[in-house]
Amino acid sequence: MVTPPANPEGERLPRAPRLELRSEMLAKLRAQAAAAYPEEACGALLGRKRQSDSIVVKDLVAVPNARDSERTRRYLIGPEHVVGLERAAGALGLDVVGYYHSHPDAAAVPSEFDRDHAWPFYIYVIVGVRSGDAAKVRAWRLLEDRRGFEPVLIVDEDEID
Amino acid sequence: MTSAIKIVVPTPLRQYTEGLESIEIEAGSVGEALRQLITRYEPLRNHLYSEDGRLRDFVNVYLNEEDIRYLEREETDVKEGDEIRIIPSIAGGSPPRPPRPPPSATQTSAAELSLEEVRRYSRHLIMPEVGMEGQKKLKSARVLIVGAGGLGSPASLYLAAAGVGTLGLVDFDVVEYSNLQRQILHGTKDVGRSKLDSARERLQDINPEIEIETHDARLGSDNALGILGGYDIIVDGTDNFPTRYLVNDACVLLGRPNVYGSIFRFEGQVSIFDARSGPCYRCLYQEPPPPGLVPSCAEGGVLGVLPGIVGALQANEAIKLILGAGDSLVGRLLLVDALRIRFRELKLRKDPDCPICGIEPTITELIDYEAFCGIREAAMEQQNRATGIPHLTVNEVKKKLDRGDPFRIIDVREPHEWDICHIEGAELIPLGDLPASLNTLDSAEELVIHCRSGSRSAYAVELLRQAGFAKVYNMAGGILAWSDDIDPSLPKY
Repeated sequence: MVTPPANPEGERLPRAPRLELRSEMLAKLRAQAAAAYPEEACGALLGRKRQSDSIVVKDLVAVPNARDSERTRRYLIGPEHVVGLERAAGALGLDVVGYYHSHPDAAAVPSEFDRDHAWPFYIYVIVGVRSGDAAKVRAWRLLEDRRGFEPVLIVDEDEID
Repeated sequence: MTSAIKIVVPTPLRQYTEGLESIEIEAGSVGEALRQLITRYEPLRNHLYSEDGRLRDFVNVYLNEEDIRYLEREETDVKEGDEIRIIPSIAGGSPPRPPRPPPSATQTSAAELSLEEVRRYSRHLIMPEVGMEGQKKLKSARVLIVGAGGLGSPASLYLAAAGVGTLGLVDFDVVEYSNLQRQILHGTKDVGRSKLDSARERLQDINPEIEIETHDARLGSDNALGILGGYDIIVDGTDNFPTRYLVNDACVLLGRPNVYGSIFRFEGQVSIFDARSGPCYRCLYQEPPPPGLVPSCAEGGVLGVLPGIVGALQANEAIKLILGAGDSLVGRLLLVDALRIRFRELKLRKDPDCPICGIEPTITELIDYEAFCGIREAAMEQQNRATGIPHLTVNEVKKKLDRGDPFRIIDVREPHEWDICHIEGAELIPLGDLPASLNTLDSAEELVIHCRSGSRSAYAVELLRQAGFAKVYNMAGGILAWSDDIDPSLPKY
């Protein structure tokens, strides 16, 4: 049998999920990342899911890096902090929708180590810091099969309302 | 003995438990309870357990407020009414540092060479341009090679032999017979194996001192930043435009040098695209050529030794980037003509209007590269042409031959293809000669046109129909299909 030429996959890239982050929060994020340089900064994003793929951030909570060593390239938020953050979010009627951390002298792109340790559902915001200046801020979410992250579009909340 | 207990699931995992926060389970131990949980909700397995079946280290399990690491871990017994809580740790960090900033005199390098390594690399160590310091830089470098094919073969062989500490390879293909003419990473025994398996075995045989990281994936917009971001230098050994633009754009976004090479027939190109200090691939070619205009190696052929030359030049440039030695190919495009054996060089300039590395970039994240290169539209057009014009299957043509029906088979391939194989009784009129040969054909006769795969002949059928020939048919699938279904003694090429 002669088969016609295979039809290449016709699927387009799906629309990226969105993270609504007000510009003053973005500024706060950059400032914290720059201040922690050369170490990594980290913290939680409190907010709520608007629709299926739109998440709005209402508050940022800086969390001290719990790592004892390699603080310039690793961060850790321990389970006791996670429980505390969820409690705090609940008290405000919000959820922990994700976490942020900085990459000193590296791109705002998840590392293999980030992927190894990532949870589904959470949005991971990464701030690239170059020689002490916060550069790019990008957001990511772990793929179901854990093989990588999908990019999440950061939008200023005011643009949407 | 089992007891009824409760497992509390954290928010990020509730999407897998139908939104439930706590799950009732009957179990005798913590481990058993968790196993039941992942049996009931299979997608949880991947997130709680690593591939070797161990609980992931950022998954904390508490039994009644006590971390099971301080109890008997998963062996810990449970009793009626106990509560197991799964609590996330959030961890991560930056990718490994590139070796770019020169180490200060006081800083000792993490990479020390063993006695075996000193012996292995002695011809490097006695050159001042490399020396002990350079060899240690090589050892701590991480280089990714995209494609374990024609260019990736020599590049990875030499980089492995030179002692580049970590070599990453991305590929998803298996080794085919037609690869062996140039892809010297693989041997005849490897045909049918995954290229990554074959490459790992060969590279580790050349140099067991280095780490090989394999990425069994088709590089795409969803995984490129994640994979490329883990390396200092990217060597582009791709054979198609969508991946080449993808590699370029990802390198620009990540700030990584892209050691570029490409080959076609007897001609090769080599350069380094590093948008931080020079032009990128888009500064040179802002848009891809229309699909079909530039044939691939599979269509146009390639001299087997050419990827050897070009891939070795890419390895040379990657090593120099790591060492910080010599003049690099940043801003220079080296053109290799293997037939006339000439090397020429073009000066490349950064384009201030470049859509990705220019002053006001319009591309700030990875896009859909197949669409950008028009691949899908072209494939659909080709399919429409193939199905929309009158055609016969090879079986139908064979039956007509066997019945002795009066008709002519016209082969529109090139004479050198005819020499490889042809169908008994066919006549050769190369596609280019067809318009001038119309007077040798009779429009009252039935004509069956064929080529290698059926696309050139489809074009020929269109041309003949426009010229007024009504009884013209394309032989679908070409001589490849003939070899598959009618006469397997015809070699496929």
